[in-house]
Amino acid sequence: MSAIIHGAGAATALTTFHSKKLVARSRTNLPGRSKRCIVASGSDDGSKSFGSSSSLSLRHSHKLIPNNAVATKVDTSATTGHELLLFEALQEGLEEEMDRDPHVCVMGEDVGHYGGSYKVTKGLADKFGDLRVLDTPICENAFTGMGIGAAMTGLRPVIEGMNMGFLLLAFNQISNNCGMLHYTSGGQFTIPVVIRGPGGVGRQLGAEHSQRLESYFQSIPGIQMVACSTPYNAKGLMKAAIRSENPVILFEHVLLYNLKEKIPDEEYICNLEEAEMVRPGEHITILTYSRMRYHVMQAAKILVNKGYDPEVIDIRSLKPFDLYTIGNSVKKTHRVLIVEECMRTGGIGASLTAAINENFHDYLDAPVMCLSSQDVPTPYAGTLEEWTVVQPAQIVTAVEQLCQ
Amino acid sequence: MALSRLSLRSTTFLKPSSLRRHVTTDTTPITIETAAPFTSHQCDPPSRSVETSSAEILSFFRDMARMRRMEIAADSLYKSKLIRGFCHLYDGQEALAVGMEAAITKKDAIITSYRDHCTFLGRGGELVDAFSELMGRMRGCSNGKGGSMHFYKKDACFYGGHGIVGAQIPLGCGLAFAQKYSKEENVSFVLYGDGAANQGQLFEALNIAALWDLPAILVCENNHYGMGTATWRSAKSPAYFKRGDYVPGLKVDGMDVLAVKQACKFAKEHALKNGPIILEMDTYRYHGHSMSDPGSTYRTRDEVSGVRQVRDPIERARKLLLSHDIATEKELKDMEKEVRKEVDDAVAQAKESPVPEASELFTNMYVKDCGVESFGADRKELKVTLA
Repeated sequence: MSAIIHGAGAATALTTFHSKKLVARSRTNLPGRSKRCIVASGSDDGSKSFGSSSSLSLRHSHKLIPNNAVATKVDTSATTGHELLLFEALQEGLEEEMDRDPHVCVMGEDVGHYGGSYKVTKGLADKFGDLRVLDTPICENAFTGMGIGAAMTGLRPVIEGMNMGFLLLAFNQISNNCGMLHYTSGGQFTIPVVIRGPGGVGRQLGAEHSQRLESYFQSIPGIQMVACSTPYNAKGLMKAAIRSENPVILFEHVLLYNLKEKIPDEEYICNLEEAEMVRPGEHITILTYSRMRYHVMQAAKILVNKGYDPEVIDIRSLKPFDLYTIGNSVKKTHRVLIVEECMRTGGIGASLTAAINENFHDYLDAPVMCLSSQDVPTPYAGTLEEWTVVQPAQIVTAVEQLCQ
Repeated sequence: MALSRLSLRSTTFLKPSSLRRHVTTDTTPITIETAAPFTSHQCDPPSRSVETSSAEILSFFRDMARMRRMEIAADSLYKSKLIRGFCHLYDGQEALAVGMEAAITKKDAIITSYRDHCTFLGRGGELVDAFSELMGRMRGCSNGKGGSMHFYKKDACFYGGHGIVGAQIPLGCGLAFAQKYSKEENVSFVLYGDGAANQGQLFEALNIAALWDLPAILVCENNHYGMGTATWRSAKSPAYFKRGDYVPGLKVDGMDVLAVKQACKFAKEHALKNGPIILEMDTYRYHGHSMSDPGSTYRTRDEVSGVRQVRDPIERARKLLLSHDIATEKELKDMEKEVRKEVDDAVAQAKESPVPEASELFTNMYVKDCGVESFGADRKELKVTLA
């Protein structure tokens, strides 16, 4: 699916993705074709399913396909595929991989009999048994370490942190053992773990349960980080992460678990290192990921009405950055706005700003602007919490400012 | 004692030397009593009678001598600045590595901390690979990228080699979990020190191991000092074998290679049937914590030399071999000379080994898979391809 969207002038530098039943195989060059991008207008409240979409570019033919958050091949998606919520998509991906490979196991708190605190592992314990879906006691350091130790021998554990913030207790294991063992052993051991869990600012969950760990983990050498944002890429990234021989941290968002979308029936995988073109445009590149994607799309609706044509890219891969897609976009639009949920200091946006400035400085007409959360612990009060996170109105203002 | 010595000498005059050499391959079982009894917690201790053979004891002597020589050589290499960074030496504790190997197979997993040179050797590692790694050369077991604290040998199920105190304990329980998952009848030996015994992750991992019946054997190498802090200053309860509470434990004289062998054999049988067990090995290190630590500020030289005189594992093996007529003093001296030459040759060979190439900086970062090449944060720069 994403391959079609990526068609904006991309000659592949990547080798094609060798998945067996991939729906869309290679990046195709589609400069002239009309790209049908249907993006749902995101509502702030992730618990509602998405309403009808609107066409966002004058060049596209107007097509109303309800409940799609991401562009799809118009002719097939309306008839085939099945609709599900994001956490169900994650579960489907996980279940398919566990069926496919007996080495895949899940460990975490309350993942087994309870079904997972966000229901991602619901039903798996009954199907696969206690040895493959393991309820651990509350000791993140130990069970993350155990997952890594098991991975050294060839098992493929999926380690769940009930909330990403709890994984701070396992930071030593993730940094020193997970990230570095492949290197320090001279390539003898691979650590094919997936560390996943919900993070991000939720609904008044308080400071300690609203953390964005992508900024803390991004420096660790040897790991890959991805953030999912739609049911489609959630399932695809989960599967790819499990199949990858490298340690992958999959960031989910607490508020996105109930997004609904129709995804293909056939098996597919998303490329771990590829960004997703959500909405092609000409005037400005907006880079975002996870929940902020929906804030950006809300702002995009307003911007389009005002006459702007933003290009929205969901970077998806937080480490390494898909500088290829991003670079091509910057070359086209010459203006970049980064919208993220990390804090300003040392966040993903900060690294991305540096990377873009270093590599694409010549193509920029304006300085890279980065909208991030405030550098404060997330307060409990609802109004204050709203102000810590970037809101669509701020995005609109920023675009107007940049495009002057 | 003197009489037996005399008889030994007299027999050498009677028997030609070629006949004498047959003893080194003699595998007829002998039973020897360990010097000290085992102390147990929540289980019945194994018997003090250890089944062994002449050939085995001789191999113990040889292996321990080789390990001792290697550590001494590493000491002088460090002082001549060929080894840099941290270097934690194991001399004094050789009986542990050797005795453990005698009780298990290469399919059983061992994971330990940064004091891993001798454990690596015990797992079948080559001296050249060890010295090369210490000196940061390509020939090293981790291609020179790990260093002293990161020796690994995958084909012998030796999982390292870890720098952070105690972090290897959850990893080791993970190894045990994988062994249980694959239903092979193997166990994991998770080695840690008296300093690491106070880490929370030990108890977390122990809880899970006991809960899930994992075949994990936690071995506390109690050399009585956590760097500069003696055990009585760091642990309220220095009876480390009892700290598992619901997990059975065994206290072993870690300087007696036969006792170590017996304990490990017992532990393996136990772990396969009943889940985790803790072994506390009472041992001692002659060097300081690392080469940067003189080892004399927190203990007296008399203490160190006292232990060396009374409890040294190699001397004990030598006494055993002499008293049981398995070898003569001269043969043992010759063996030590051979070992010394082996080590010197390995050092020379390692010194010849080249340093890693610049491109090696970026290898083994990511594994290439799914047809995707990982370029790192800067994808535009194609000249660096992370393999």
